[in-house]
Amino acid sequence: MPVSLTVNGTRRTLDVPDDMPLLWALREVLDLKGPKFGCGIGQCGACTVHVNGNAVRSCNLPVAGVANANIVTIEGLSADGTHPLQVAWQELDVAQCGYCQAGQIMTAAALLRRTPRPSDSDIDRAMTGNLCRCATYHRIREGIHRAASIAANDDAADATATDATAAARAQEAL
Amino acid sequence: MTKTLDRRDFLRVSGIAGGGLLIGTTLQFRARDAQASELPTDADFAPNAFIKIAADGKITIIAKNPEVGQGVKTSMPQLIAEELDVAWDSLIIEQADSDPAKYGPQVAGGSTATPTNWEPLRRAGAVGRALMISAAAQTWNVPEAECATMGDATVQHRPTQRSLRYAELAAKAATLTAPDAATVRMKAASEYRIIGKPIPGVDNPKIVRGQPLFGIDVTVPGMLHAQYVKAPVFGARVASANLDEIKRMRGVRDAFVIEGGTQLAGLLPGVAIVADSYWNSRVARNALKVTWAEHPTAQQSSAAFRTKATEFLATEPQRTLFAMGDAPAALQGASVVQAEYEYPFLAHASLEPMNCTAHFVDGKLEVWAPTQNPQSGRALCANTLGIDQANITIHMVRGGGGFGRRLNNDYMVEAAAIAKQVAVPVKLVWTREDDIKHDFYRPAGYHKLRGAVDAQGKLVAWDNHFVSFGEGNGFAPAAGIGGSEFPAGFVPNFRLATSTMPLGVPTGFLRAPTSNAIAFVYQSFIDELAHAAKKDPVEFRREMLAQFAPPPPPTGNGPRPVFMDAARMRGVLDLVAEMSGWGTKPLPRGTGMGVAFHFSHRGYFAEVVQATVARNGTLTVDKVWVAGDVGSVIINPSGALNQVRGSVLDGISEALAQEITIEAGATKQSNFNDFPLLRMRGVPPVEVQFKISDVPPTGMGEPALPPVIPALTNAIFAATGKRIRSLPLNKHDLRWS
Repeated sequence: MPVSLTVNGTRRTLDVPDDMPLLWALREVLDLKGPKFGCGIGQCGACTVHVNGNAVRSCNLPVAGVANANIVTIEGLSADGTHPLQVAWQELDVAQCGYCQAGQIMTAAALLRRTPRPSDSDIDRAMTGNLCRCATYHRIREGIHRAASIAANDDAADATATDATAAARAQEAL
Repeated sequence: MTKTLDRRDFLRVSGIAGGGLLIGTTLQFRARDAQASELPTDADFAPNAFIKIAADGKITIIAKNPEVGQGVKTSMPQLIAEELDVAWDSLIIEQADSDPAKYGPQVAGGSTATPTNWEPLRRAGAVGRALMISAAAQTWNVPEAECATMGDATVQHRPTQRSLRYAELAAKAATLTAPDAATVRMKAASEYRIIGKPIPGVDNPKIVRGQPLFGIDVTVPGMLHAQYVKAPVFGARVASANLDEIKRMRGVRDAFVIEGGTQLAGLLPGVAIVADSYWNSRVARNALKVTWAEHPTAQQSSAAFRTKATEFLATEPQRTLFAMGDAPAALQGASVVQAEYEYPFLAHASLEPMNCTAHFVDGKLEVWAPTQNPQSGRALCANTLGIDQANITIHMVRGGGGFGRRLNNDYMVEAAAIAKQVAVPVKLVWTREDDIKHDFYRPAGYHKLRGAVDAQGKLVAWDNHFVSFGEGNGFAPAAGIGGSEFPAGFVPNFRLATSTMPLGVPTGFLRAPTSNAIAFVYQSFIDELAHAAKKDPVEFRREMLAQFAPPPPPTGNGPRPVFMDAARMRGVLDLVAEMSGWGTKPLPRGTGMGVAFHFSHRGYFAEVVQATVARNGTLTVDKVWVAGDVGSVIINPSGALNQVRGSVLDGISEALAQEITIEAGATKQSNFNDFPLLRMRGVPPVEVQFKISDVPPTGMGEPALPPVIPALTNAIFAATGKRIRSLPLNKHDLRWS
């Protein structure tokens, strides 16, 4: 039975099997390759998208269960890749293989919407469902703090000096 | 010990369409002195093409190696860009296809990319720059010595301040004879502007926007979706399957048995299901019923391996791998420290499941594969499908993690075999359960160690009976130990001996292969010896390093054993002791520090872990300090820091709770619920410093991993007095009172 839902601001009607997980509807029917398949049982978070503003695992969520919902994927997080998390992730060179990062960013975006200035323990709690096999966790944490700071516009000048900032931070860390 | 790279570099210059310039060199890539645990590098002699300068000013640099998160798609082009003397931000970085005749060896394994490419890729860039200077000097009719590149793809005539862009010089340069790459002037390290700078990964913009990039994202018009179901018992054949029922299911286009072979690294028997969507293939798979033929591997299990190992360890080893002095004799009558250690099989569990897209048409195969080793995949597909290697095109797609798993190309040959049958493009995507249950596992291993220290507390004898897997005198893949592996050469009486049992379970290279297991065993036992000698663990290690006395080099042309450079290891050991405040801080009961070092993949790493064990046994890793020495320059400090922290956390993750258990010839675990990875809340601070040595830089993807495991287990001993002699840690009761 066709299912209607809003994906990245556009109303879509999908004629897919009811049991098809949202992940595969997004990836194959709508050609949104940002959400990733990692485990299929909601253990790794690579498939994370927003459903009505909440970070949700899409790999084991039947599409029939999200009829009329408002879905946002990494592709719809910002029009041009300038969400503070996307800026911070590049500035801090967070990714190694990069496979989990869309899911990490989507979970972090939901966190920042609720908690604009998260503490480390807020981050631990919110991010615990997102695995990074390369273990980029230090920079994910830094990236969330940095994005919070960019969003609050505390140091707008610094936010533009992307490479220089990454350089300074990496050098400092070494 | 100095590691050099053989090179014989010749240059080819040619014009390209649009009036541009293509600079290639014929380079010999060969990393000598590889350790036994590393992969052999290809020594093919081959023409290459790495730089394209278009008439419109666009400069493209080819990234030659597979990228699986280790950062070579950024760091290798940095080498070329530095010597070409262009602005990094202006460049287009393009991923090469698999073409070793053109690009040389293209392997992501053994941390070999940096040592293999450090010299040839810089020379490729330097030849380009020299050609630009020659072209400019001829255009202006001035001496070359008056011309210089300016770091922004321009050449300037210094006396007159005239300048020309590389794009304007490309056509002229294409007519010139190139200088000899072997003698072309290269920059001094003090002139570097790109090497040594923390440059963000070139794919970051796509990654943060979720744009298609990985193997699983590949889409080919008309493509179908495949599942490939293999027996839980490795290599078992299909006796029967409900194919007729499966073929009638929603969206299924075909379902068939592939006979496969018996080689564990080849095409194994299974059932292929091809459908119009991933989900339909998956639903059909859930309804698949297969009866598998009996297979002798069903007799094998982790429990049976342990029983056999215990029997072996109670008897004399089958054979000696390396000996100096006479360890068994020296142990007679001495006060002997003896301990048995073991570690489990491990899976790689890269986050992107194995996948491959393949199209077979008119006897030609085209594949899109996230592989670490495309050339061996090409050979495997050619042999299995009975086609010529020249008829196979391999597009190297970014891999969502590798860790050694993608050195095997089983998923590639499966996709190729399915594509050959259905004759339309097919994407095969494994489930996570396929991935955990059909890995090439880090082999388990068992050791009985005996050692003795003299009255002065010096280590005088070391005897290691290593029980592993293999048949005859051969080890199963990644199940051996190189004879000269530390502490060979550092103990006057040394023996490494082995006994092996047959194995029907696939094994292979896991990040820092061999080292990720034996560092735990050796550095833990060294800790036991230090305590027996009543010496501080750092001081005891310093004394061991001072005892270096390698055997005379063997006569003849055979391979020479590689011993680590004791001075470099002493350097990082001293540095990490200083960083961590070793021995200077009073720690409460339940908190302890452990130290370990390990040499692998040409890299020297010493690490200290501080850990706290609560009375109820809860373990917390408080902090890790890392000192590394990988040569004269850190090519990309941002990527390097990522690799070191990632390696350290990977090691902790392995130690805490990872284990693959074989039961009745099959893997018990299935997904991240029973093969857990470290999560955010378990991540300790990791402080990293590099010591600079005057030798060419070496790889970063692996050598930081091995020491963290024994540093952690030694910290647990310091905290609780409990000596950890087996992994994973979650099988130990760490409670104390």
